[in-house]
Amino acid sequence: MAGVKFEQAMARLEVIVGELEKGDLPLDESLKIFEEGIRLSRNCLRVLEEAERKVEVLVQDKNGKKQLRAFTSEDIDLKGSTGES
Amino acid sequence: MVRASLEADFTEVWLEGEISNLRAPGSGHLYCTLKDQSSQIRTVIFRSAVLRLRFGLEDGLQVIVRGRLSVYEPRGEYQLILDHLEPKGRGALQLAFEQLKRRLEAEGLFHAQRKRSLPVFPWTVGIVTSPTGAAVRDLITVLQRRCPILKIVIAPVQVQGTEAAEQIASAIHALNKLGSIDVMIVGRGGGSMEDLWSFNEEAVVRAIAASRIPIISAVGHETDVTLADFAADVRAPTPSAAAEIVAPVLSEIVERLDMLETRCRQAITSQCLERNQRLDLMSVHMASIRFRILREAQHVDDVVAAMREAIRAKLKQVTATTQEWSHALASASPEGRVRHGMAIVPQLRSRLMGAMSHDLKRNEQHAHAYLDRLNSLSPLAILARGYGILETMPHGQTIRDINHVSIGEQIRARLANGQLRCTVEEVSPGSSV
Repeated sequence: MAGVKFEQAMARLEVIVGELEKGDLPLDESLKIFEEGIRLSRNCLRVLEEAERKVEVLVQDKNGKKQLRAFTSEDIDLKGSTGES
Repeated sequence: MVRASLEADFTEVWLEGEISNLRAPGSGHLYCTLKDQSSQIRTVIFRSAVLRLRFGLEDGLQVIVRGRLSVYEPRGEYQLILDHLEPKGRGALQLAFEQLKRRLEAEGLFHAQRKRSLPVFPWTVGIVTSPTGAAVRDLITVLQRRCPILKIVIAPVQVQGTEAAEQIASAIHALNKLGSIDVMIVGRGGGSMEDLWSFNEEAVVRAIAASRIPIISAVGHETDVTLADFAADVRAPTPSAAAEIVAPVLSEIVERLDMLETRCRQAITSQCLERNQRLDLMSVHMASIRFRILREAQHVDDVVAAMREAIRAKLKQVTATTQEWSHALASASPEGRVRHGMAIVPQLRSRLMGAMSHDLKRNEQHAHAYLDRLNSLSPLAILARGYGILETMPHGQTIRDINHVSIGEQIRARLANGQLRCTVEEVSPGSSV
């Protein structure tokens, strides 16, 4: 799942920043993980920008099969015929 | 007849007592004895009434019951047919809640080890709630406010009524099957205990416990606690709180990413700077080492020069001493004396010679005088006057005694002009003259 990958990427980025700030690594190692860090950060931002941003409803069609469809304002029934009081 | 009479007279009896001797045979009816301190009565609860019970019956339970009196004809006993029971001192729902809670707890459904942790960055949030009412709107609003990029999947269900529990359980199952949901919120807005009851139903509690996807329960208000809350991985006090818990704030993530990237850059920059500085430092250090080496080299030169100088001086001194000694030696040499001696020798010699020849002449004169005198005294002169000298042979001793020779002995007779070898023929003592 994208969320897990994102979480891993963020965690890796944190580790990289920690390593870089410790400054114990040889310079070429540092440069390598620096590049990785920048790449991760860019990827994460891109993933955030490309996220779907939508609300869907899980509904049952005529055959009883469950499907997703876009959520509309009509789905919020304020008259409360089926829901809570 | 008795039964007809009893049933006609006691259509509605209310009693209070303790359940004992409870039996549940296969028929689905329940039998028990209701008793207080002084009396007891047999009771039966038919299957239809059992199904309406919200809580479980057990021995020792204090109940208030409603029923009608009847007679069990095969044994001639009268009994109370119960159609309503409620626990004494607390509501039926409360008791049912406690009973189910105890049972599911014993099964381990609420165990802390079963709890899954929520994803830090959920991408898709599933919501199981009523599509109407405040809860779903609150959830969508809060989720989108915090994290506009979240994908939300709503599984609309009834949250109260007879079908609610079944719908909620099957919605949880359906969202699990979708495979794209990272985390799920199951809940509803506030209501009475009756309203919230579906979230205490076994089907719902089991569905929550069985869910692969982590679930946040959000039922009613802060004070409402349902069994769904116990089974869920996290309990939120309200739906809005659940949304707050689930959704990270996008702007914070972006900010954090920015910050991490900035820290990355700063770290690498400072590392480069630091290395540069170290390089500078090292080259300064190198220069100072070079200077030191040069200085040391100079020192070595100095020392060598000093040594050379010292050796030279020593050499000079030694040479001087040697010369001095050799002079002394030379001056102490016997050569001079030898030469001097050599020079003196001829002188001395001539002096010696002179002295000697003088002496010689004088001694010659003396000798001549002595010889003259000697000649006058010499036996030879006597010999010349006709005397001879007898001598032993071969030793030449002068023979003065006739006893010193024996007959036959060879002797020599010296005469003035030679010698005679003679043999003694006779020795005659007495004077020869």
